[in-house]
Amino acid sequence: MARAAQSKRRKTSTHESFLRHRGFLFLKVSTILCIGVVLAYVFQDAHPRPSGGTALGYALGTLGALLIVWLGLLGLRKRAITDGPYSLKAWVSAHVYLGLSLIVIATLHTGFHFGWNVHTLAYGLMLLVIASGAVGVWFYATLPKALSDNRGETTRKQMLAQIHALDEQIHEAAQPLARVDADIVRLSLEKTDIGGGFWRRLFGYYGDCANLRAIDQLEPALADAKGREAVALRKVEELMRRKADALALARRQIHITALLEAWLFVHVPSTFALLAALTAHIVSVFLYW
Amino acid sequence: MSEVFRIAIVGSGPSGLSAAAHAAAKGISHVLLEKTDHLSDTIFRYQKGKHVMATPSLLVLRSDCDFAAGKRETVLAQWNADAEKAGVNVRYKAEAKAITGAKGDFSIALTNGDVIKAETVVLAIGTQGNPNLMRCEGGDLPHVQYTLDDPAAYIDEHIVVFGGGDAGIENALGLIADQAQGNAVTLVDRNADFARAKDANVKALLQARDTGRMTVMSETQASLVEVGWVTLETPQGASRVKCDRIIARMGSAPPRKFVEDAGIAFTSEARTAFPQLSPTFETTAPGIYVIGALAGYPLIKHCMNQGHDVVEYINGATDLKPADEPILEAKLAGLPGKLSVTQWLEFLRARVEILYGLSPLQMREFLLDSDVRAFHAGDVIFERNGVGTSLFGIAQGSVKVEIDPKNPKITVPIPQGSIFGEVGLISGRRRGATVRAGEDCIVVEIPRTAALKLMAQVAEARETVNRITTERQILQIFKSGLTPADLAEVLPMAEMMEVKPGQPIMTEGDEGDDLFIIRSGSMVVEKSVGGKQVFLSYVPAGSYSGEMALLDGGPRTATVKAAIRSQVVRLPGEPFRRLLAKKPELANRMRAEVASRRKVNAFVEGRKDNFRGVADMYSSVASFLIDQGIGEATDVLLIDESLCVGCDNCEKACADSHEGLSRLNREAGKTYAKIHVPTSCRHCEHPYCMTDCPPNAIQRGPDGEVFISDACIGCGNCQRNCPYDVIQMDKPPPEKPGLLAWMLFGMGPGPGEPDKDWREKQPKEAVEKGKVAIKCDMCIGKAGGPACVRACPTGAAIRVSPEEFLSVALMERGQG
Ligand SMILES: Cc1cc2nc3c(=O)[nH]c(=O)nc-3n(C[C@H](O)[C@H](O)[C@H](O)COP(=O)(O)OP(=O)(O)OC[C@H]3O[C@@H](n4cnc5c(N)ncnc54)[C@H](O)[C@@H]3O)c2cc1C
Ligand code: HEM
Ligand code: HEM
Ligand code: SF4
Ligand code: SF4
Ligand code: SF4
Repeated sequence: MARAAQSKRRKTSTHESFLRHRGFLFLKVSTILCIGVVLAYVFQDAHPRPSGGTALGYALGTLGALLIVWLGLLGLRKRAITDGPYSLKAWVSAHVYLGLSLIVIATLHTGFHFGWNVHTLAYGLMLLVIASGAVGVWFYATLPKALSDNRGETTRKQMLAQIHALDEQIHEAAQPLARVDADIVRLSLEKTDIGGGFWRRLFGYYGDCANLRAIDQLEPALADAKGREAVALRKVEELMRRKADALALARRQIHITALLEAWLFVHVPSTFALLAALTAHIVSVFLYW
Repeated sequence: MSEVFRIAIVGSGPSGLSAAAHAAAKGISHVLLEKTDHLSDTIFRYQKGKHVMATPSLLVLRSDCDFAAGKRETVLAQWNADAEKAGVNVRYKAEAKAITGAKGDFSIALTNGDVIKAETVVLAIGTQGNPNLMRCEGGDLPHVQYTLDDPAAYIDEHIVVFGGGDAGIENALGLIADQAQGNAVTLVDRNADFARAKDANVKALLQARDTGRMTVMSETQASLVEVGWVTLETPQGASRVKCDRIIARMGSAPPRKFVEDAGIAFTSEARTAFPQLSPTFETTAPGIYVIGALAGYPLIKHCMNQGHDVVEYINGATDLKPADEPILEAKLAGLPGKLSVTQWLEFLRARVEILYGLSPLQMREFLLDSDVRAFHAGDVIFERNGVGTSLFGIAQGSVKVEIDPKNPKITVPIPQGSIFGEVGLISGRRRGATVRAGEDCIVVEIPRTAALKLMAQVAEARETVNRITTERQILQIFKSGLTPADLAEVLPMAEMMEVKPGQPIMTEGDEGDDLFIIRSGSMVVEKSVGGKQVFLSYVPAGSYSGEMALLDGGPRTATVKAAIRSQVVRLPGEPFRRLLAKKPELANRMRAEVASRRKVNAFVEGRKDNFRGVADMYSSVASFLIDQGIGEATDVLLIDESLCVGCDNCEKACADSHEGLSRLNREAGKTYAKIHVPTSCRHCEHPYCMTDCPPNAIQRGPDGEVFISDACIGCGNCQRNCPYDVIQMDKPPPEKPGLLAWMLFGMGPGPGEPDKDWREKQPKEAVEKGKVAIKCDMCIGKAGGPACVRACPTGAAIRVSPEEFLSVALMERGQG
């Protein structure tokens, strides 16, 4: 428009995902790196044969090890957003593409020698980390839409508050109930676990939810009840059904969030294992030297 | 009651109390009239335990009462003791309702029927006004109250809150916040929708209603109050409900009418105007003085000093050295020439056009907020694209404006007496040109709020600024070497217009060749394509619109309407076309602009055929964003929910880089087509939060950041004024252990805002910190920019200016 550009420090004008960061810059860097490494491997003059012990082997091993350490540092970078002209998105973009290039770099480093030893253990762990990373990228690319669709404009806090408020209404509505029926209500009020443990969250399985069981148990009670008791029961049942809906909403949110994090429970511990095995590999290589 | 007092002081806030204490100390016959049954009701009504701040710290306190920063309770206890010790003659429950008579013989009628006689009257009633009362029968029963200090104090009661404004809703929500209190709360409002209250409050209220925690009755009024019961007139008829306590928060009537009825003139019709005052605080009604917040001085220290001074003046003092003398001396110390403070004040007043109308008292007040600076010939005063919202007045010498960024040799001079920097003042946007001292010169730099106050108080200043700003803004927009002389024909025919949101300034297909300059606010350009209004572009303040018809003739090719309340200047087409004929350079410039606008239009229209849905999406996203108030933003956080993995790293990074408190709430806020506008400051072009900040603590930084400085006194005005609910009142949590200590040894709460439990377990800090206003500062001064954006691993979070986002980029997004 007619006015001079606003700020010198702003460069963005629209959203750009980590995968497309700066026109796939790191995909390009990584591809060139891989091509270079493959060419070097093909044209090397290795004696007696390509392996980790040749000059190129050492070079690729060192490059690979440095990359791994740097990739691992993402864990620190993510939590220490210090001043400076960088973004975590750029780091993740580089992390993903350079991480993938390790498949080429490390494999060529080994000269395709594998065995039942600590060296191959390191290699195997690296592949595990990379594979879990790839799963993570897949989740990052596909799950956010589901997360957003599920919550609409409701926040997690509001979801929990909603369940809490329904609990109170159920409690209130249950006051006139007889002892036996009150026990059913207690099941819903006291035994319902919103999120549950890690595996529950991961698989989103809540078929045995106490609130659902309570609703099931209400059915026969409803059939028998009369007068005031019946009115109160019907009110309670309706509230419990609303609670079931509210629970389902919150649990879907929890489930998707869990998926978005779960792969890190493979990625990060195996990173530590990898670093240990790699250290052992390097130390042993120098010991046997 | 035939005693005639020398001075009657109405209102026992810091200003009135200080006046009374000084009168008592001097042995002057006086009476202090206080509406309530305690001193200083405004401060009495602060939240329990509120930390009262004593700014400006440089200002010397000159009062017979003591005052230092501290808890509300301490301050009030101190004043009670001081009043007692000084022997102040105070009458409680004495609400003045009318003042009649003349100097030497005033009669103050009280609401309880008494009449007080006095020779002079000091009005120190503050600006809080009177709460609107329950008018129905029984409305004066003791269980009807107009304030709520401590919502936690009531247990197991049936409470009815009247009033669906923010105050009422917040009180009602406070009463049900803790389930354990067991209160049954009903909120009653006269109207159908809660239009006066903030969105977030209404949401919370409706949620409380829907979840059965509160009863909400709209279109309802009370008809009878009895002990234990209240009768309500609902649309369905009368209903008598249980009620142990009534809290009435039905707004308050500002004290202006009462003041005007005493014959006192205000500076203008504006809601924010103050009474006209002489240097000795005397109003246009001789013998009646106004001090304190009502006089436009909301800080407690100012209030107390004025209480002291006004008694001195009434007692005949003429050579009183104001308490601010040392501050002014320090301020003026570095300047060339050996003038005294008084001489400086007169020097500036007599030379800077917008200061001509000021009294010496106003000059002092004015200079407290402003700065006087000397520059050598050639020194840069400010640079193009720098941000600053202050206004400059030239007291001596002249300056040169470099109007052409490519050639600094081309300059336009501004002579002594005139002003510059006014564009930032009007639109809050960055500087349009570099300004250098043309010769050695002395200028006054007036911060935005001080300049606005000046314009509100002094009509001449207002007119001068408006005249100059319009002219300059036009010159600035068109550049092309135009001079004020070139505009001589156009300007007198210019018309200033206020445009309401959604109101068009031109409509597609209409005839017309006027040109519109957007002074403040912003416009959206729409075109009807296939029977639908399609969003074309966004025109921010400081641009023009309507040039196509002007240059090429023909009807308007698009509809241009206001995105938010805006101010535009209409320039008639005829004389402007003559100007264009004289200035081919300007015509070329405008043609270039037209060409680039045509391109955008063609782009959108071109897409329309291929991607019908895309263009629809484009316009609907644009209008969603405009509805979210993006039209008044300069920088807004937008989250692409198709990328956001919900890691909350943005919030954590914000907290970690800002004293442990996150200034954004990622999940809260509206979403449309996966674009989410979280609750975070938009750095509004005209920040509402700035309007009423007693210590002037809200400022704009070099990149347009609206931020709150350490001067914040925690009064909460900005929080109430921000329509987007992005300001919270909080105190920074204690320091956390470092990141490595957490990672390796699990010490502390880890990255992000520490939870309540952890905060409470920390040892109490040695110094008590008060709650202050906390908001996004756009990471001012941080290399690399906003931490929230940099911390987002996926690229979901960006901060953009609306015109960048509402451009072709948005269109491309639709296709991606
Ligand atoms: C929440 C909040 C926090 C604040 N925090 C600070 C702070 O930390 N530091 C600071 O410096 N400033 C602070 N301020 C500003 C400051 O409190 C006020 O500007 C100041 O109290 C004004 O003093 P005053 O004497 O002019 O009037 P007020 O303090 O408003 O006193 C007016 C008095 O007049 C009485 N009255 C009104 N009408 C009549 C009548 N008709 N007849 C008789 N009596 C009448 C009232 O009952 C009242 O007691 C804060 C303001 C608010 C609202
Ligand atoms: C500083 C870094 C490294 C150095 C100095 C290094 C060195 C070596 C050497 C000298 C060998 C040859 C050993 C032999 O032939 O007996 C070797 C083999 C190997 N290295 Fe590395 N290496 C490094 C990094 C890596 C990395 C990052 C990986 C993968 C995670 C890796 C995996 C392997 C494997 C699988 C072999 C083959 C083992 C075998 O022959 O059975 N190395 N390395
Ligand atoms: C051997 C190589 C790799 C190592 C050592 C490694 C290590 C790490 C570590 C330590 C983290 C930080 C996790 C956290 O603290 O939350 C991380 C995050 C991540 N890694 Fe890897 N990684 C490797 C390869 C890869 C690859 C190949 C991919 C993708 C194909 C990948 C994708 C990711 C992603 C998407 C994240 C999450 C970023 C975030 O949410 O902040 N990683 N990785
Ligand atoms: S705090 Fe509110 S009013 Fe102030 S600039 Fe930010 S969004 Fe605008
Ligand atoms: S810009 Fe800075 S202060 Fe504002 S929300 Fe982001 S991190 Fe917080
Ligand atoms: S940092 Fe980015 S991905 Fe994470 S919650 Fe914030 S916006 Fe979403």
